[in-house]
Amino acid sequence: MLSSAQTPRLLRSPTTTTTTLKCFHSSPIPTSASTPPPPSQILTTRKSLLSRQTSAVDLAKSFLHRLRRHEPQLSSFLHVSPDETVLKQAEELDNKIKNNEEVGPLAGVLVGVKDNICTYDMPSTAGSRLLENYRPPFDATVVRKLRERGAIVVGKTNLDEFGMGSTTEGSAYQVTANPWDLARVPGGSSGGSASAVSARQCMVALGSDTGGSVRQPASFCGVVGLKPTYGRVSRYGLVAYASSLDVIGCFGSSVADAGILLHTVSGHDKFDATSSKREVPNYASQFVPIDYLESKPLKGLRVGVIRETFEDGVDSEVISTVRDAVSHLEELGCTVSEVSLPSYSLGLPAYYILASSESSSNLSRYDGVRYGNQVFGDELNSLYGDSRAQGFGSEVKMRILMGTYALSAGYYDAYYKRAQQVRTIIRNSFKDALDKNDILISPAAPSVAYKIGEKKNDPLAMYAGDIMTVNVNLAGLPALVLPCGFVEGGSAGLPVGFQMIGAAFDEEKLLKIGHIFEQTLQGYSFVPPLVADEWTC
Amino acid sequence: MALTLFRGLRSNCFRLYPSLYVARKHGVFYCSMTSAEGQTATQEKQQTQLKSSPRKESPKIEEVLKNYEAVIGIETHVQLATLTKAFCSCPYNYGAQPNTSICPICMGLPGALPVLNSKVIESAVKVGLALNCKLSLSSKFDRKQYFYPDLPKGYQISQFDIPIASDGYVDIDLPVEFGGGHRKFGITRVHMEEDAGKLLHTGNGNFSQEITILSYKIICSLLLVDLNRAGVPLLEIVSEPDMRTGVEAAEYAAELQRLVRYLGVSNGNMQEGSLRCDVNISVRPIGQLEFGTKVEIKNLNSFSSVGRAIDFEISRQVKLHSQGQADQIVQETRLWEEGAQKTVTMRKKEGLSDYRYFPEPDLPGVILSEEYINEIRESLPELPEMKRRRYEKLGLSMQDVLFLTNDINVAAFFDATIATGADVKLAANWIMGDIAAYMNNEKLSVNDIKLTPQELGELIASIKGGTISGKIGKEILLELMAKGGTVKGLIKEKDLVQAKMPSSRKVMVPKVKVKLPSILQMYLRLTTKRQIFRFGYVLKVGIGEVIPAFFQKIYLHSLNLAAN
Repeated sequence: MLSSAQTPRLLRSPTTTTTTLKCFHSSPIPTSASTPPPPSQILTTRKSLLSRQTSAVDLAKSFLHRLRRHEPQLSSFLHVSPDETVLKQAEELDNKIKNNEEVGPLAGVLVGVKDNICTYDMPSTAGSRLLENYRPPFDATVVRKLRERGAIVVGKTNLDEFGMGSTTEGSAYQVTANPWDLARVPGGSSGGSASAVSARQCMVALGSDTGGSVRQPASFCGVVGLKPTYGRVSRYGLVAYASSLDVIGCFGSSVADAGILLHTVSGHDKFDATSSKREVPNYASQFVPIDYLESKPLKGLRVGVIRETFEDGVDSEVISTVRDAVSHLEELGCTVSEVSLPSYSLGLPAYYILASSESSSNLSRYDGVRYGNQVFGDELNSLYGDSRAQGFGSEVKMRILMGTYALSAGYYDAYYKRAQQVRTIIRNSFKDALDKNDILISPAAPSVAYKIGEKKNDPLAMYAGDIMTVNVNLAGLPALVLPCGFVEGGSAGLPVGFQMIGAAFDEEKLLKIGHIFEQTLQGYSFVPPLVADEWTC
Repeated sequence: MALTLFRGLRSNCFRLYPSLYVARKHGVFYCSMTSAEGQTATQEKQQTQLKSSPRKESPKIEEVLKNYEAVIGIETHVQLATLTKAFCSCPYNYGAQPNTSICPICMGLPGALPVLNSKVIESAVKVGLALNCKLSLSSKFDRKQYFYPDLPKGYQISQFDIPIASDGYVDIDLPVEFGGGHRKFGITRVHMEEDAGKLLHTGNGNFSQEITILSYKIICSLLLVDLNRAGVPLLEIVSEPDMRTGVEAAEYAAELQRLVRYLGVSNGNMQEGSLRCDVNISVRPIGQLEFGTKVEIKNLNSFSSVGRAIDFEISRQVKLHSQGQADQIVQETRLWEEGAQKTVTMRKKEGLSDYRYFPEPDLPGVILSEEYINEIRESLPELPEMKRRRYEKLGLSMQDVLFLTNDINVAAFFDATIATGADVKLAANWIMGDIAAYMNNEKLSVNDIKLTPQELGELIASIKGGTISGKIGKEILLELMAKGGTVKGLIKEKDLVQAKMPSSRKVMVPKVKVKLPSILQMYLRLTTKRQIFRFGYVLKVGIGEVIPAFFQKIYLHSLNLAAN
């Protein structure tokens, strides 16, 4: 049902030669077996800026150029910062470097920010008509941290309205295309961020992940997506969808970039009572250069493959690609075993009840009194009703209705309360599995990117696509999605991502494993053909 | 005025949040309020006019309650006097220009999150302990959801199924003039929540009139929202339905006010809305077990209005009962109209409202440790009830006790005065007499007057010791209250020392002879009880103030002789 119904075809195992790849990547993609592993754009930028090999202005110009060039096809951004604003910030950095002044660790790094994260100098619409032209009077904590460390926000990326969707088709403004195949969705809800990083319109991007909204688009677009532990990153300034599940996550074209970005935005925030006071480890210390690795760098690491995620409903090609990734981990020294999480299938209904319930409450503030078009009514209720009817899209309305229903007197126990009980069961079963294993593995999504419009009128099919990811949000755990191969589709194949789930606050381990995996995975390049000819980094 | 306020609102929005201006061109909310509630209110007004006679003609409440019993419970909202609001760092100052004390958090802007002010918990624990409640070591916040323009998030952060404190009681002593008596009323629960904003409305372009959520019935075309009050911490204190009369209810509310003032958690000011009482009341024939239909009364701005509104409502309901029209008492919210001295329908309740409560996911649970509770318990001041019992043991009359304990500052002044060794009754008399009168006239609180308890003690001692007369004492007192200084200093400055009189009648006689020979001679010549008594009386009313200690002794002596 979820499969794109193509013949299962293992395109490439980590040990096979590069000939298969050749058929996907015509010309400038390196075809030799020594396809270099993805470098960290953040570290490269820092190195080249400090060594004065390049200037922040030049770097910004080249990104802005590429951004604008591909934007008409991709529509990743809802708002792009004016060139002069970006270049002015870059110039200031260049001046500082020239004067040997200290610059932040993310100096010159061009960041895309999902449009449900508040920025004081740009609109923040959350993809909704209700917040059209809304400019918050403050920066989200994550954005403030980025700016303080020298990063430049290039624009606000597209998303499903309020983060509710898995395709980015739910945006009230535009549909974003997948850089690997413009006829396909980039996933969602952080589809704009995934697409922008994939197409190198920015170096890294922030997204938000309530039920998989960072990880699934990362998988669809062939980029690294990191969903941190709930509480690791402040939610202050993230337009709330489902408060107990929402996490701000990171996109990068390499594990190192996602890890450095996470390090930048992590930590306790006095403005978010749910943010953790745990110390933030220096994730960058995990990124050992490949030359220093032993032959079995992950020796002794216990990897549990979640049985329920390799069953019916998951594309066989996706399964085989992820199994290859597991084999690669085994080659790196991991001990792989299968684990069963019998409660896995309960996650989806529990998630949709809890997320809808919380969203019905979180979205109450959009009542037409302060934001959006106020529809004048004879009395108060019609003002509310009409303003909301006009302002919200259909998916949002549906979830508000579901959530309102689930929280209503007489239904609360049967829905909300029971879903909370399921959540506890899921959390416990994950804890048990992670006591016995260092990480758990599953596909990031049951399929690769599907066609735009394919599931638009079939919400249940779209919801089912979240089966791989929602449990992780319910358990509040960190997860890293890495591209690990391709299946046939588009002009050059469609990327497949696999998901590594770690224990709470153990992002460090995920990043370490992910980095080694990525650096040793040979023969794949996850630069989409759209930009391959201009991307030399 | 109208224009200023309007401009003030707009410009503040401009200044703080330019973005808001883009989103909504004015912090103004337009809406025509021709709601159904408005109509029922008007209809009801007519009905009440027809049905119930004006208060003056209505029989005394004791009369009314001959065959019926009222059951009264009170929900009280206490605004906590924390430096900042419950979930953000905005201060709250009553009467500030609209929308000058707001931030993204209390405005409920997208992305803003609440963070609990720990002082709110501290205050809640204090009140919980003072009300003899059981404290929940683990409670939580919930969202109470409803739409109203003064509620920026579309939900109120409150506590639903697990309040921070529950199952307590409060002791009160009814005022002597209402018959006195001790009562104990149960407290169902105490929970924490946040206040909503205020609606300002225009009628004829006049912005001065302020309405709250209560005033549905006011038909207006333009509403303005002032969010200064949004997010101010409240404690909701719910009583058991233990009260039976307006006097009891008013005294209960007054006791809560004393309590929060003693604890220093709120200014308890009813006029400013820092203490708001909603009364639930039903009437049943005496002997009937089940409660009658409950009616809620809002808009009670003083303790006396609590009492009067209840008496009115009792009369209204009893009348309907006795006329066989009990079915016309419906579950509804009624407004107390101070001007007309009556209650009118505000809105009728159709079943229970569904607030769709669920646990607030933005705030962690509220966990109290035993140590924390004990620490607060030990820091609690002497509470009104304890003070009343202590004063009673000191031998003060209930009237004195109630007066002195009513204001914590007065009580503290009294305590400090008697700590100097001053006579308890005399100290009470001075405070309740001359000092209270002065404070009343000058509109001062006990903390504003310059007189210190030490000097009052000194004054009492000086009068008692005979250094000065009571009349001089009163003069000095005025000086002390207005300008300060010491009793000794003033006596010296004004040369007010009077001759020191020996204490024994026999010994004193020769010396006093010199000064007041004739009076003494008269005294010493007295033989019958009646003569002595009369003499004493003459002295008291006539010249007692001249050398009080001496003549008081003579007077008392004369009384004693007369008695024997």
